Amino acid sequence: MGLLKISQAIIHDPAQGINGSVGDLWIKDGVMCPPPTDLTVVPDRVLDARGLVAMAGGVDMHCHIAGPKVNLARKLRPEDKRAALPIRRTTLTRSGTVGSVPSTFATGYLYAGMGYTTAIDAAIPPLSARHAHQEFQDIPILDKGFLILLGNNHYALRQIAQGEAGRLKDFAAWILKASGAFGIKLVNPGGIENWKSGIRSMTDLDTTVAHFGCTARQIITSLAQTVMDLGLPHAAHIHCNNLGIPGNFATTLATMQALEGRRAHFTHIQFHSYGGHPDDQSLFCSETARLADYFNRNKNLTTDVGQVLFGETTSMTGDGPVGYYLSKITGRKWANSDTEMEAGCGIVPITYKEKSFVHALQWAIGLEWYLLVDDPWRIAMSTDHPNGASFLAYPEIIAQLMSKNYRDEILARVHPKVAEKSHLRELNREYTLNEIAIITRAAPARMLGLAHKGHLSPGADGDVVLYQPDHDRRRMFEFPRYVVKSGVVVVDNAEIRQTPAGQLFHVAPGHDHAALPDIRKWFDSFYTIGFDNYPVDESYFGHHSQMGCGGSLES
Amino acid sequence: MASTPIPTLSVVYPNRVCNQCGCVCDDIALTVEAGNITKADNACDMGQAWFLAKHSDPVDGALAWVKGQPVSLKAAIDTAAEILVQARYPLIFGLADLPCEAQRQAVGLADRVGACLDTTLSDEHGAFDTAFQEVGEVTCSLGEVKNRADLVIFWGTDPVTSHPRHGERFSLDAKGLFTPRGRADRFVVVVDVLETATAKQADVFLKIQKGCDFEALWALRAMVRGIPLRESIQKQTGIEDTALAGLSERMKSCRFGILFFGPGLCATRGRHKNAEAALLLVKDLNDYTRFYAKPMSGPGNVSGAENVVCWQTGYPPGVHFGQGFPRFNSGEFSAKEILGRGEADAAMMVAIDPKAPFSDAIKKRLAALPTVLLTSDAENLLTPGVGFRPTVSILTAPYTISGGGTVFRMDDTPLPLRPVRSSPRPNAKDVLAMIEKRIEELQTQKRVAMQNEKGPR
Repeated sequence: MGLLKISQAIIHDPAQGINGSVGDLWIKDGVMCPPPTDLTVVPDRVLDARGLVAMAGGVDMHCHIAGPKVNLARKLRPEDKRAALPIRRTTLTRSGTVGSVPSTFATGYLYAGMGYTTAIDAAIPPLSARHAHQEFQDIPILDKGFLILLGNNHYALRQIAQGEAGRLKDFAAWILKASGAFGIKLVNPGGIENWKSGIRSMTDLDTTVAHFGCTARQIITSLAQTVMDLGLPHAAHIHCNNLGIPGNFATTLATMQALEGRRAHFTHIQFHSYGGHPDDQSLFCSETARLADYFNRNKNLTTDVGQVLFGETTSMTGDGPVGYYLSKITGRKWANSDTEMEAGCGIVPITYKEKSFVHALQWAIGLEWYLLVDDPWRIAMSTDHPNGASFLAYPEIIAQLMSKNYRDEILARVHPKVAEKSHLRELNREYTLNEIAIITRAAPARMLGLAHKGHLSPGADGDVVLYQPDHDRRRMFEFPRYVVKSGVVVVDNAEIRQTPAGQLFHVAPGHDHAALPDIRKWFDSFYTIGFDNYPVDESYFGHHSQMGCGGSLES
Repeated sequence: MASTPIPTLSVVYPNRVCNQCGCVCDDIALTVEAGNITKADNACDMGQAWFLAKHSDPVDGALAWVKGQPVSLKAAIDTAAEILVQARYPLIFGLADLPCEAQRQAVGLADRVGACLDTTLSDEHGAFDTAFQEVGEVTCSLGEVKNRADLVIFWGTDPVTSHPRHGERFSLDAKGLFTPRGRADRFVVVVDVLETATAKQADVFLKIQKGCDFEALWALRAMVRGIPLRESIQKQTGIEDTALAGLSERMKSCRFGILFFGPGLCATRGRHKNAEAALLLVKDLNDYTRFYAKPMSGPGNVSGAENVVCWQTGYPPGVHFGQGFPRFNSGEFSAKEILGRGEADAAMMVAIDPKAPFSDAIKKRLAALPTVLLTSDAENLLTPGVGFRPTVSILTAPYTISGGGTVFRMDDTPLPLRPVRSSPRPNAKDVLAMIEKRIEELQTQKRVAMQNEKGPR
């Protein structure tokens, strides 16, 4: 790889407080390095970046790009791909399909083409980890990791109900290592297990989980505490109860309060910020202001948005009941796949329409979150790909955040009630380039605890994106001039030039081996695969980095 | 390599995986003595027969043949690559009896040569995928059935015969978290054209007329919704209307129901519409309770092939790379149809079941084409389907015991294969990679030659 010099770029590196000053960037053997002190050193390659904006590689902290649910969605929707241009085979690259759920190789090329070099899949049932790892190996260029679903895991629920914090911690450590995961995700904690047991009523924080006896509140606090006790790089990643249901902001607020200061990440918060009543659509309204106010005052919390944009996409979630209700609302095809002892899953095609009051309000609520959170270091850009929209919509979101005029144009087009039921019209804030750099790379990297991502200081991964400044922000961020991944120029003028394999980020916290016999007994009784066949060995990991646990969490 | 004497100790390898049927049992304990498997504890009769078979290598020591003559592996690979590069419309099919790692390689090869890619010569699979793409599917992993199911329906499938341990591990006698008494906690219904071995174990057996699945399933949909039938359908289905009504009530009132159906459901008149009816019935039932559907899949790694083709191309099998990107149309781009219409000008068969009964028409087509066969079945290498001789045949290692890799169970649960003995034969994955590498060289030569022909500008 040698030595790469990026010469005279306009650098936006908020982690170092660099806000648009011109300078050189140096990458040695894939890692950012200081300029050589020996002035006779000649770089192996120089990228002339005069007039180009430089940022670290983008980081998507919450997306669905691999694993059983994503693949089932691909299979379900041939029609979705026919509407999109295919990716053609070249001598260097594999062919693929796009639509809302791109095929694996296409996923790697498209993310890289947009200047993203890291993506974290948010919802893998540990039983299917072996599948997710194989898909990861077929997603080139990107560095990747995944979160495992534990909020409805039977063994975890049992330990929580019995107040066995030690056993819960050991189990969490064991299953993270066994699945090669990066972190822990809670989806509708307790609610999926209740749904699987045939219970239809809503799950609130103090709803008891059938057969197990613990409450959602206990699941949330116990797992958030476990993540902290294990010293995982990323906080407990929470998809709250009652996603998408009018009035659910109360559940979301109660969840934030229940944490009592513990670190936690609230994902796709847009879907959890609704006022009104489940039975009366006319009352549907935004409650972003109330939630954002609490969020701004409580620094233990971080969030990503889950922005909705208009058009065709696919809803896919570990939240099984959401799939059912969406299929009832839309009348469209519905795939559901429940995983024994662990998780649920629902997939339904969805078309977000400008003229739909509900959809347009969802769009506005997402934007409100970006505009109402004071500290951009605690909010990350996401569409919850592909739930709110494809990850390919990120440049469009950037354009909307950077221009109040542009937002007003859209607001004038969408359902007229949205202006009165949200605060969007009054929000004059416009993001700066530096703030965009924060919410698309620096902040998500920091929230994930990836100290070597999201910035350009010496020692960071040599992931650099060079953009041609353009008043059309969407065009600027859609087609970077160069994308450098670990010191390799992977994209040059919208063409893929090299396709290195990315690396896997995973954790392997220690656990008490005395905890294993009980876990084994549980497996032998209720799982349908053997305990010894459950752990995924390193042969599935490809190039990988085990992230430290228990170290300093904030840089 | 210096040969070391093989110790004659017997070694037991626990938790090994069998994929002789879609159950993919992973609790097999294999005893290996002097390089041979001598015991396969926990395996059913089907598994036993496979594990204890010889898996021997041909007496002449060859691993590869061109036109029936033994050749070096390299020569066979070169010829295979030539065939695929020269073809204008190559067809690659099979894949079902390979680990996922080799399947990934095979899809890459198909992409590189612009081939049409399919898994099997049967079209029931494609028909199910069509139904799935029309209406979706409410399904679950088999452990959900074990732990929760209080109503199990087998429709046109006889797992006691085809998936011998299905009942013990998942569906009949399995004791689970919320089904602690096993069989006593379940009501079992069989709907089939014959009183099968599974039917004998059922609480209720409904004998249905052949080819009338759609009528019965659609009537059940009506009954579940409380819509009275205008006239009796007993004449068509052979099942008393009251028996169907009883079944519909049972379905609505169970706690967790599962409908397993056989591939035969899509083989009769109505085809994918039959599976669609089953999937819609199950979907409807979720307005009342939790109900799931699950097609029964056969041996090998069919589910793995479905998944791998889908993640790499976005589509299930029946994918055409001829225009430089994946296009999908089950039926149009299915191996059987393409061979039937005489479209392909070369065919590569990767881990098909060489004993499978090819139709005479297909055999005739294949005999007339340059063909490449990769298989681990030494017996059927040179005359698969008893009737045509492949241009190139390559014998690969029996991956379940020698290669390692990943296989998917019928419910898409991935399981690891770990080798218990070495094999002198190459792994299919490596052979595919070598063929692709050779193709890459040939394609580069071809490009350079074309550029030279045009001359310097």
